[in-house]
Amino acid sequence: MDFQIALFLVQDGATNGAIYAMLALALVLVFSVTRVIFIPQGEFVAYGALTLASLQSGQIPGTLWLLVVVSTIAVLAELWRCWRNGLPIGLHGFGWLVGYPLILALLLWYLPLASLPAFVQVLVALAVVVPLGPLMYRLVYQPIAEASVLILLIVSVAIHVVLVGLGLLFFGAEGLRTAPFTDASFEMGPLLINGQQVWVILVSIGLIVGLWRFFSRTLYGKALRATAMNRTGARLMGFSPVFAGKLTFLLAAFIGTLSGVLIAPITTIYYDTGFLIGLKGFVAAIVGGLISFPIAAAGAVLVGLLESFASFYASAYKEVIVFTLIIPVLLWRSLTSHHIEEE
Amino acid sequence: MNSQVGPILEVRDLSVAYGKVEALGSVSICVGKGQIVTVIGPNGAGKTTLLSALIGLLGSRGEVYFDSHLEKTPDVERMVANGMVLVPEKRELFGGMSVQDNLQLGAFHRYRRGERHLQRAMDEVYDIFPRLKERRRQLAATLSGGERQMLAVGRALMAGPKLLMLDEPSLGLAPMITREIFCIIGRLRESGVSILLVEQNARAALAVADYGYVLETGEVAMQGEASQLRDDPRVIETYLGLGKKHQDRLAAC
Repeated sequence: MDFQIALFLVQDGATNGAIYAMLALALVLVFSVTRVIFIPQGEFVAYGALTLASLQSGQIPGTLWLLVVVSTIAVLAELWRCWRNGLPIGLHGFGWLVGYPLILALLLWYLPLASLPAFVQVLVALAVVVPLGPLMYRLVYQPIAEASVLILLIVSVAIHVVLVGLGLLFFGAEGLRTAPFTDASFEMGPLLINGQQVWVILVSIGLIVGLWRFFSRTLYGKALRATAMNRTGARLMGFSPVFAGKLTFLLAAFIGTLSGVLIAPITTIYYDTGFLIGLKGFVAAIVGGLISFPIAAAGAVLVGLLESFASFYASAYKEVIVFTLIIPVLLWRSLTSHHIEEE
Repeated sequence: MNSQVGPILEVRDLSVAYGKVEALGSVSICVGKGQIVTVIGPNGAGKTTLLSALIGLLGSRGEVYFDSHLEKTPDVERMVANGMVLVPEKRELFGGMSVQDNLQLGAFHRYRRGERHLQRAMDEVYDIFPRLKERRRQLAATLSGGERQMLAVGRALMAGPKLLMLDEPSLGLAPMITREIFCIIGRLRESGVSILLVEQNARAALAVADYGYVLETGEVAMQGEASQLRDDPRVIETYLGLGKKHQDRLAAC
C-alpha cells in the first residue's frame, strides 16, 4: 500500500465515520433518556435514502402511507385514552396528528416531485420520515416505558424486523441511489475529494455542534439531560417523561433520516442496508459506554477507519473485523469502569 | 378547621395501597393559604406516601382539592403546572449539572409557559441561599449535604410555587444546618408561600409550623394548633422527650 491509497482509505473512512458518529450520538441519546436500545435507528437511514430516491423518480414514497396509517392508529389510541380516563373528547392536543399527514399527502399528490429542486426533495423526505420517530414512541414505547431494558430491547428488535419487511414492500428488492447534491469535486494534492463527501462531513460536524449547543445552552436540552440523570427529579420539575421520549425519538429519527439522505448518493441503499449501518453506529456507541457523547463520536471515526482499511486488506472479513472491535472494548470498559449508584 | 383565609390544599379521605397493603387509610388534612402545616410521625407512618400521592407520583383514592380545583387523579405535570412543588426526601438533584442549571430547570414549567425573565427568581433564591451563589458553577453532586438540601429547596422555589411540600428537610443534616434550614422555612412564609412540611424532627417542625397533624400507621392520630401540640403530654412523651433544652434552643431562630 502506498501513501496515496492510505490517504484514499482515510478519506473514505472519515466519511463513513462521520455518518456512524451521528448514528452513535442518536443511539446514546435514546438510550440515556428512555433506556431503549434503538435497533430501528438503521431503518430510518434506509427509509430516508429510499424515500428520497422515490421522490426523485417521481413516485409517492410508500413511507407516506405508513405515516398516514400510523397517525390514524395514534389518533385512535389518544381517543381511547381520553375515553378511559373520562377526559373530554376533542382534538385538542393531537389535532396535528390528523392535520399533518393529510396536508403532507395532499402536497405530495399535487407537487411535481421529480422536478423539484434537490434541496426541496430532501426537505420533503425529512418531512415524511422524521415524524415516524415520535409516533413510534407514542404507540410502541410509551405504553411500556417502565419495562426492563431487556423487554425494551426485544421490542426494538421486533420493530426493526417489521420495518425491514415494510421497506421491502414499499421500495422493492433493488438497491437505489440518488443524485448527488453537487457535482463539484476538489483536488487536494494526490487526492480527489468529491463534493458529496464534503457535504457528509460538514453536515455531521454541524449537527454535532448543534446538538452540543442544544444540550448545554437551551432549557429543553438541559431538561433532556436531566431526565437521563434523574427521571423522578425531572418529573418533579414538570418535565414529562412522555414528552422527553417523544422529543428524543424526534431527534433520533431526524438524525437517522438525515444520514440516509446524505449517503444515498455515495452508496447504493437496499431496503435492509440500514441495519448494518446502524449496527456500526452501535459499535461506536458501545465504545462510549452508551453514555459518553464525545467518546462515542471518536469511536465512530475509529470504526469508519477500521472498516475502510479492513476492506483494503481483507475485504471478505471487513464486517467481522469491525464487529470484533466490540470484544476488546467491552473488556477494557468492564475492567476500568466503576459502577456508581447515586445516593 | 385550621384555615382562616380559605385553604390552598384540602384532602378528604385519601387512601393509598401498595398492592393489598394499605399504606394510608382515609387521611384528611387541610393547608390554609400562607400557612405552614406540618405532618409528624414515626418511620413508616405513611408521611412520604402522603406527599407522593398528593403530587401524583403514586396512585390514590380520595379527593384532593388544590387551589379550589378537584383533582380526581393527581398528575405530576399538571400539579406542578398548577403550582404544587415537592422537595423529596432523596432530593433528586441533577448531580452531573451545575447548581445554576439545576435552579434553571426548577423553573422549567414557567419557561414552557412562555416566561423568559427568570433571572429575578434566580436572584431571589441566591438572596435566600447566598451559599448557592458562591457555588453556582459547581456540579450538584459535589455539594455537601446541607448545600444539597438548600439546592433542592431553591430549585423548588424557582417554580414559583403556591404550595411547597418538604419531605424530611432535616434528614441526614447536622443540627446547626437543620436550624438554618428551618429558619429559612419560617422566613418563606413571609413571602406568601404555603408550606406542607413532613418531619420526624417533631420539635423543630412544631416550632416553625402553625398547625400540625400526627400521622401514625397511615391514619391521623392527632391534630391541632402547633402550639397546643407542643404542650400536649402525649406528643411530648412520644415525639419530643423531656428536658432537652438545648434542642429547643437549636429549634429557635
